[in-house]
Amino acid sequence: MTAIRDTFGTALVELGGKNDQVVVLDADLGSSTRAVLFAKAFPQRFFQMGIAEQNMMGVAAGLALSGKIPFVTSFATFVTKRACDQVAISIAYPNLNVKIIGAYTGLFSGHTGATHQAIEDISIMRGIPNIVVIDPADAEEMRQAVPAIADYQGPVYLRETRDQWPDIFGTNYRFAIGKATTVVEGQDASIIACGVLTSESVQAAALLAKQGIKAQVINMSTIKPIDRQAVVTAARQTGTIITAENHSIFGGLGSAVAEVLVEERPCWMSRVGIPDVFGESGSNQELIEKYGLDARHIAEVVMRTIKKGR
Amino acid sequence: MSLQGVDPIRALEQRAKAVRKHVLTMISHAQVGHPGGSLSCVDLLVALYIAVLLIDPLQPSWSERDQLILSKGHAATALYATLAERGFIPLEWLATFGQINSPLQVHPDRNKVPGVDASTGALGQGLSIGLGVSLAASLDRRDSRVFVLLGDGELQEGQIWEAAMACSHYRVDNLVAIVDSNQVQLMGPVSAVMGIQPLPAKFESFGWNVLEIDGHQFPQILTATDAAKSCRSKPTVIIARTVKGKGCSFMENKSEWHGRAPTGDELCQALLELDRD
Repeated sequence: MTAIRDTFGTALVELGGKNDQVVVLDADLGSSTRAVLFAKAFPQRFFQMGIAEQNMMGVAAGLALSGKIPFVTSFATFVTKRACDQVAISIAYPNLNVKIIGAYTGLFSGHTGATHQAIEDISIMRGIPNIVVIDPADAEEMRQAVPAIADYQGPVYLRETRDQWPDIFGTNYRFAIGKATTVVEGQDASIIACGVLTSESVQAAALLAKQGIKAQVINMSTIKPIDRQAVVTAARQTGTIITAENHSIFGGLGSAVAEVLVEERPCWMSRVGIPDVFGESGSNQELIEKYGLDARHIAEVVMRTIKKGR
Repeated sequence: MSLQGVDPIRALEQRAKAVRKHVLTMISHAQVGHPGGSLSCVDLLVALYIAVLLIDPLQPSWSERDQLILSKGHAATALYATLAERGFIPLEWLATFGQINSPLQVHPDRNKVPGVDASTGALGQGLSIGLGVSLAASLDRRDSRVFVLLGDGELQEGQIWEAAMACSHYRVDNLVAIVDSNQVQLMGPVSAVMGIQPLPAKFESFGWNVLEIDGHQFPQILTATDAAKSCRSKPTVIIARTVKGKGCSFMENKSEWHGRAPTGDELCQALLELDRD
């Protein structure tokens, strides 16, 4: 297991070595986001912008206008909410090639509490035209996502989980933007997850298997554009869908999946996510249990949803 | 300026008069737009696009070009008319301003109009974009300059001062901000809505080189943009004192003309006035 932010930092340095158009901007959180690794490796291409996220977004837009590939780094809550209009108008509207990195995602913010937790960032970014939204499941997916978003032409929002989480993928995995991956096979229900809740969902599937329920787990790391075909196929094959995300139940992965289902193949569905409340300080384990994002709760929701359909 | 035998300043004045007529005609025909703040910055834009910026209308995306970011995007008509006069876009486009499917949005979209360097309209964002362009030019060791045209009401946005701090911190001397200081915004005089003075002292305290000019006098505009070149290791701001609605007697200094379109009769009167001068 590797802290996903550490993998982000080393992947960014590796990318910087291969592509001299990559530049990195920081709003005085580089030691937390690990952008500091890039700063040490490529000081000429690292721009410390101070605690001023709105200006940082505009500067990134200007760098992108001149052919650079800016990675704008800060906490997810600040890059999506504090600088929302700058992201929308300076970056997304002209469709500029800026990569927005939101660290400390969902409830997992190193005990810092509601002011530093990002529970609606996916919802906000998903609502802005042109922006691709990605929440990698583990360190390997993050390692591959960093060069993949640099190769993609256009604005991207990449969620960067702070801590260590169980590995899902090996080095033979191939991440592709917009492509879902089945990580556990099963025909009784489908758990569609993103970010580190994919690993919780894998554990949930193991708990369910003990009770004779075979749930498949689909990693939907790209929330926008969502892999519609994967959602429809899961609905057709299992008839029951549960989404799981480290994000509010409003506007994130659950909403994106529900939109596809309602239009293409309605079926019984439940959403696991943060209910309509702000978070609080606490350890990841305490938070994941209190807010119902843990494997056991996901398994319970799967069983409840299967029963509803009977 | 290619017109041989014509006084270059006089030629700029003629060009500005043509742009003012375009601005008023576009806004009157579309019945949408911002005449006051467009007319106040016409002379600044004409001076820049005709006599200052190193640009090529045949290559609007030329990487070595100078750039202008119209941070006060609501003055789009002045920019479009100037770009048309400079040969970036056909004059016929101007009649489509603000209409459905037109490239000429009420606030400029860089992906729709050759020569528009940045999409703007949400106030306060242009100076940051200009800094990014400036930093990229330095990274690539290009000599190009970037100008950012700001409104004075726009200076109420906090992002402007974040950017002002950062421009100074990065000691950018290839960036020039120009404040179109017409002293009037939508709801009244800037001083009444939210005072921004003392502006020169504010910029100086943020580490800027400050120049003050009359924004309707071409010799002063040209002298200031030239003087900015010789200031090293700090950004320059040109505070251009202007008149909102300049060139149209019934609009001058009136906040109600911030976002009101002239009727056909009012347009006729305004065009006659401009022709008389």
